[in-house]
Amino acid sequence: MTEVRHMSVDETSTEDLVAEDSSVIMDVSDVSVYYGSFRAVRDVHMPVRQHEITAMIGPSGCGKSTLLRSLNRMNDLIEGARVEGMITYQGIDLYGPRVDPVEVRRRIGMVFQKPNPFPKSIEENITFGPRIAGIPKSEFPELVERSLRSAALWDEVKDRLNDSALGLSGGQQQRLCIARAIATKPDILLMDEPCSALDPIATGRIEDLMQELKSDYTIVIVTHNMQQAARVSDRCAFFTTEVDSVSDRRTGQLVEYDRTEKIFSNPADERTENYVTGRFG
Amino acid sequence: MTAPVLDQNLLAGNPKRRNKEKTVGAIFTVAAGLSLVVSLLIVGSLVFKAGSFLGDLINPPEDALAETRDGMISLSNLWSEQWAPRFMQFDIKTLLVASIIVTIVAMAVAGPIGLGAAIYLSEYASPRVRRILKPVLEVLAGIPSVVLGFFALRWIGPNVVANMFESAGNQSLLAAGLGVGLLTIPLVASISEDAMRSVPNALREASAGLGARKFTTSTKIVLPAAVSGLVAAFIVATSRAIGETMVVFLAAGGSGNSAQFTLSPLDRGATMTAAMASQASGTDGTIVETAFNSLFFVGAVLFVITLTLNVIADRFVRRVRQQY
Repeated sequence: MTEVRHMSVDETSTEDLVAEDSSVIMDVSDVSVYYGSFRAVRDVHMPVRQHEITAMIGPSGCGKSTLLRSLNRMNDLIEGARVEGMITYQGIDLYGPRVDPVEVRRRIGMVFQKPNPFPKSIEENITFGPRIAGIPKSEFPELVERSLRSAALWDEVKDRLNDSALGLSGGQQQRLCIARAIATKPDILLMDEPCSALDPIATGRIEDLMQELKSDYTIVIVTHNMQQAARVSDRCAFFTTEVDSVSDRRTGQLVEYDRTEKIFSNPADERTENYVTGRFG
Repeated sequence: MTAPVLDQNLLAGNPKRRNKEKTVGAIFTVAAGLSLVVSLLIVGSLVFKAGSFLGDLINPPEDALAETRDGMISLSNLWSEQWAPRFMQFDIKTLLVASIIVTIVAMAVAGPIGLGAAIYLSEYASPRVRRILKPVLEVLAGIPSVVLGFFALRWIGPNVVANMFESAGNQSLLAAGLGVGLLTIPLVASISEDAMRSVPNALREASAGLGARKFTTSTKIVLPAAVSGLVAAFIVATSRAIGETMVVFLAAGGSGNSAQFTLSPLDRGATMTAAMASQASGTDGTIVETAFNSLFFVGAVLFVITLTLNVIADRFVRRVRQQY
């Protein structure tokens, strides 16, 4: 199984790797994530390129979210979570001894599955990150406007910046969370199924937004929605679960990682093909 | 046409069981009703006796007049220089101020320490530590107050307060306040912790994802989100501190016999509860009915204060429930 995966990665993207090596901003190599003794996802190789949208797809429980959360050390918050292998960001080992997870999260922001605005005003939601990063207050008005404009929310909320963020609709709340995440000017934006709690119209807006954000940020998105992955992403990683016959535990593994067109039109692995054509999962 | 005809007996069920259900329901209704009736009777007798006490002040009976030094009793006896029911001196502000001093001292101790403990338990402690500490905390809340009262009398008073302040004796309002404070720490910690745990984890993750440290997340996100619950914890604890009797009875040193008005926590003093206890237990040496009935008047004042606080706390708790 492992054999197949290596082949598919090597064969199909050697050319890309050489040509675009300098554009790799984050490299995931040989990574396994554990919760205690349980290995949630194993042996992942996945270079993430700058100004691209990298999508992670696969059935439930295949470790996509787990892997995503280890990219900015959010898993540190869960007791017993542990990463093996190497995740580098601009060449620096993210799990190195001198790395402060708080600094990592300032550069690698995150948008969550369910919109989770703070029970504060819209403006305070945006300025929370910059405030703790020590950005002078005088820059806040401009920062608030820029962040909200980038998240395509400015026109809807500009007259009620002091209202509670909890009064916004679900889609607006999620765009606020995106605005909040980019207010700290991260390099990379991790998105964990950002549209799963939204209706199709709100989803469409967020997908458009991701295309616009791509020029400034690098985006890694986990999605359950294959059409979404096909629509928005440049590269796509397909994960699946393998069940251990002895312990009956499910471990996620990366099956194939390639350009999105290739994953959806001509995948190298049969399992990928079965999944994207809807025969499985 | 061929639809099966349902036998009436099939739906009738077992009449015995139905009757049993009715009986059980009736028993619980009586239990609930009884507790309500008892509460109402207590409040009723409190109000009635307090009323008859006030009536006595306006229309003093002979036996009460005989106990006074100047042969005069009026409503102004409620606002004189001391609390001495034996001599018909019922200065309510003496007791009120002593109660307030003890409560302020207690909350100055229990507020910060209880809140700190709650932040630790909710935000910093690992799940394993929390699983052990939370029950321990709740057991601590169950320590009989007489034990803490004795501790305040024999140790806090002489070894802490008297050592720190020369003018203070072994018994003082300060010593009693510290004792009540220790008593209320678990209460503050436990309710505050509940309030903070009820803040959704998604907010902590959002904060951490923006590069906030744990301390920032705790103080800027979790505490404000839990504020109604924290205020409720504080009010419930205040109400508990005002109503606390045994610790102040033992450690504050004010006999119900004659307590002088004081604003200093270093002085001895009698709180409302301590004055009531000493009168009820007869240590005041009051003989006449009027003096004894002052107990109910103080009780009514205390009741109004704690009821008000509890109603306010209840409002805040409701607000925290509605928020998420």
